[in-house]
Amino acid sequence: MANIIKVRTERCKECGLCVVNCPKKAIEFEEKINQSGYRAVQVKNELCIACGVCYTMCPDGVYEI
Amino acid sequence: MGKTRKTPSIIDKPMNFCPGCGHGIIIRLICEVLEELGQDNNVIFPIGVGCSSNLGGGLVADRFHCSHGRAAAVASGMKAVSPENIIVSYQGDGDAYSIGIAETINAAYRNENITVVTVNNTNFGMTGGQMSWTTMPKQKTTTSQLGRDCDKTGYPMKFPELVASQFNIAYAARGSVHSPASINKTKSYIKKAIESQMNNEGYSVVEVMSPCPVNWNMTPVEAMDRIKNELIDYFELGEFKQREVIK
Repeated sequence: MANIIKVRTERCKECGLCVVNCPKKAIEFEEKINQSGYRAVQVKNELCIACGVCYTMCPDGVYEI
Repeated sequence: MGKTRKTPSIIDKPMNFCPGCGHGIIIRLICEVLEELGQDNNVIFPIGVGCSSNLGGGLVADRFHCSHGRAAAVASGMKAVSPENIIVSYQGDGDAYSIGIAETINAAYRNENITVVTVNNTNFGMTGGQMSWTTMPKQKTTTSQLGRDCDKTGYPMKFPELVASQFNIAYAARGSVHSPASINKTKSYIKKAIESQMNNEGYSVVEVMSPCPVNWNMTPVEAMDRIKNELIDYFELGEFKQREVIK
């Protein structure tokens, strides 16, 4: 189940909608910032079930499943 | 292995919306629907003025920036000269309802064969959060600093209900983007609206309730909660008009 989800961290704007809506709480903010100055998301692959809620909620096209 | 989900290619560019803005979700839904219907290379977007103008930077499709509020009139012209194209006008509530209400209503009155998608965030977002015709009673904006006084300024406008009850149009609905379920439902509304245009049924309008965290002075998550707890009590979600098509 590794890397079933592709995260384009350079697009993330740290709105947190995916973090709140993820049913498995598999998404968190990483410590370092991206080139726009936001703390981007990272996905814990061992928890991810590829349900697609993050893709649905993300306004900025960060996720690809 | 679940279903593959990928941002449609005609919108797959970074856009300049604020963090947590609903515009990015709504544009993606429209493009997903166009892709599913095989119309993603056959579409023209007349785009209104306001935050919706940022759509121009992200799209790889034909588009036209209209004068403020006049996107529905431009869309009517586009459909008249190029009926084989799908015309989807993309406007905000300030653009479509406050400034361009004449054009928006007249396009519905004539039952032009176009699709209008309006994004309702209850204020003029780009210019700094001024009051619009959909601002809620008592809502504080930069031009209603004590809260909107509806006795003086009128009550928030429900456009899809208005055109659905008065005019002979094809489709009217209101969706929201506050949860994954409501987003999927909104996608089905947009799909029916564009299908009704493909079937030459006439005017279709989908209003989408969208958050504006910056001008509401909220975090993106609080803004979604405001839609859920406050706005959809007044702006009811659902389909208001749908034609029976004889197969």
